[in-house]
Amino acid sequence: MPVNDTSTATVATNGREIMYREALNEALREEMSRDPAVFCIGVGIGDRGGSYRVTVGLLEQFGRKRVIDTPISEASFTGVGVGAAITGMRPVVEILFIDFSMLALDQIINQAAKYRFMTAGEGRVPMVLRTQGGAGGALAAQHSQSLEAIYYHIPGLKVVMPSTPYDAKGLLKAAIRDDGPVIFLEHKLLYMTKGPVPQQEYLVELGEAEVKRSGNDVTLIAWSNMVLRSLSAAEKLAEEGIDVEVIDLRTLVPLDANTVLESVRKTEHVVIVQEAVRRGGVASDIASMIQQEAFDYLDAPIKICAGKNTPIPFNLRLEAACVPQEQDIIQAVKNALRHQQRRVPPP
Amino acid sequence: MDSKQFLSELYRQLYTIRVFETRCIKLYRQGLIRGYFHPYLGEEAIAVGVCAALEKRDYIISTHRGHGHCIAWGAELKRMVAELLGKETGYCGGRGGSMHIAQIDSGNLGANGIVGAGIPIGVGAALGSSIRGDDQVTAVFFSDGAANNGVFPEAMNLAAIWDLPVILVLENNHYAVTTPIEQVCRTRDLCERSKGYGVESFTLDGNDVLEVYERTKAAAEQCRQGKGPVLMECKTYRQMGHHVNDPGTYMPKDRLEYYLAKDPVKIGRKYLAEKGDATEEEIARVESDVETLLEEAVQFAKDSNEPDLQKFLEEVGSCQ
Repeated sequence: MPVNDTSTATVATNGREIMYREALNEALREEMSRDPAVFCIGVGIGDRGGSYRVTVGLLEQFGRKRVIDTPISEASFTGVGVGAAITGMRPVVEILFIDFSMLALDQIINQAAKYRFMTAGEGRVPMVLRTQGGAGGALAAQHSQSLEAIYYHIPGLKVVMPSTPYDAKGLLKAAIRDDGPVIFLEHKLLYMTKGPVPQQEYLVELGEAEVKRSGNDVTLIAWSNMVLRSLSAAEKLAEEGIDVEVIDLRTLVPLDANTVLESVRKTEHVVIVQEAVRRGGVASDIASMIQQEAFDYLDAPIKICAGKNTPIPFNLRLEAACVPQEQDIIQAVKNALRHQQRRVPPP
Repeated sequence: MDSKQFLSELYRQLYTIRVFETRCIKLYRQGLIRGYFHPYLGEEAIAVGVCAALEKRDYIISTHRGHGHCIAWGAELKRMVAELLGKETGYCGGRGGSMHIAQIDSGNLGANGIVGAGIPIGVGAALGSSIRGDDQVTAVFFSDGAANNGVFPEAMNLAAIWDLPVILVLENNHYAVTTPIEQVCRTRDLCERSKGYGVESFTLDGNDVLEVYERTKAAAEQCRQGKGPVLMECKTYRQMGHHVNDPGTYMPKDRLEYYLAKDPVKIGRKYLAEKGDATEEEIARVESDVETLLEEAVQFAKDSNEPDLQKFLEEVGSCQ
């Protein structure tokens, strides 16, 4: 029996640690074994086992009918996923880079996202679109983007962005079982990261954020790779006596506003960390939600620590300057807290 | 195949689409139908011939010019008209309209507002059948306009490399919105494009319901034997502009007249009379039955409620 448990603490891991990509692989294996309607389709996922080794071994276990290598035809193999999904299958479509998913936007935005709505709820698109984004070290402008805001913007899509192996596995299993469509966004820098993952089966439900570190002075909101960076920034800040609470949103849609607001009411200070460019991003939307729902609790303006409004450059030094680094997060937290001191009324 | 009953059924379908479109255009002009309305007038034989040749378990996927496909697949007229009027009782409860009618439970995966988008979706339905091992064929309706969109060669290639049971039904009505096909395509027969993808194809007279039926029957058989996909280019012509408000003045008169003389509904009527030995009286009965049914459908749609706003807002509220 799967355990509907969102807490890493309560499902015993017995010391087992695996990589993010291995956790995803386990999720796919388990769901494909459980349900014959689940199949994987994408470029180089079969014989090659995927660019990031997420689908390695699936072809041997499930055969070519259910682990399907495709030509580089993103729009069409995504559309194939939509068609299979509406007729009863549960496809997991892999697009190598989120940058390449731009070729499939019609199928994602005009077709998958709207089918259920347009058919007055009769149609379902239980499809998971797996892809990965983020700056990963000299991959340049067309292989480094964080484009979650595009999908976040579209009614009818769910958007999942796990940061740990535990969440990656539990969320992917939940996404496959969801009536979808789910945009499942991995981060290229996370594939090799390790973390505790229990042997026993579990799910992480969509729409539940997690407090990854609890603290009282300031709420740091992040997702995907920025969670890891925020956690290490929080450790450094602790050395200076600043007690940071780090919230991992885990899914952007549905958004767990309650967990965010509860923390904001406690700490009264908010920093939102976003790898994507600042303009038109998810962080701005969350900031606006917090101001509407918890304005009276805020002791300082909400700080957004985000990527620069630029394509990602090739050169590593330039790249690092475009994406929030640990030091940027530390500074943003200090700025948020310093504001409070400035606000002391004049004598 | 020339049995009277069969020919009568084909004619009933042809005539239903004709009367449905003509009557609904009137409703449009009266202001009862809003938005876009792309009539299928002049192309009826393709939908009727293809759908008659398929089995109930099969799938079809349609286009923005989709009323004919839905009707030929067996849609209820009253729910069709109701959807065009945006009513609660319509196929999409007023959420979809003309370009989004679908009957998923019966295998009509729906019309589509994006030209060409249904092609990969149809190929996906066929991939699902192939994975499950179900003996289903998917007919994908699309147009000459869609043949110039990248998803056509892409999705045809996917269907080809996986030997999928897909019939690609290219309705060549010679216009992409208002652009004549000659202006945007160097070859005369679009089906020639399939050769480069290793897909069998042919052209046929899209105004001749029996020809469409027979060629589809053979194509479906081929697909069921694992020798799909097949591309059928059905030559046809719109009898009016791109949508109801397009007078179609750019359509050359002589060409329009040529195709009006080859009217698919008249051809179907002639088949019923000559091959089916039906009397004028019998044919008139088919026609009056259709007309009665359609008037009932119009009345039903008019009498139906607007979508419930409160219910809609609740649905939207839960769309997190």
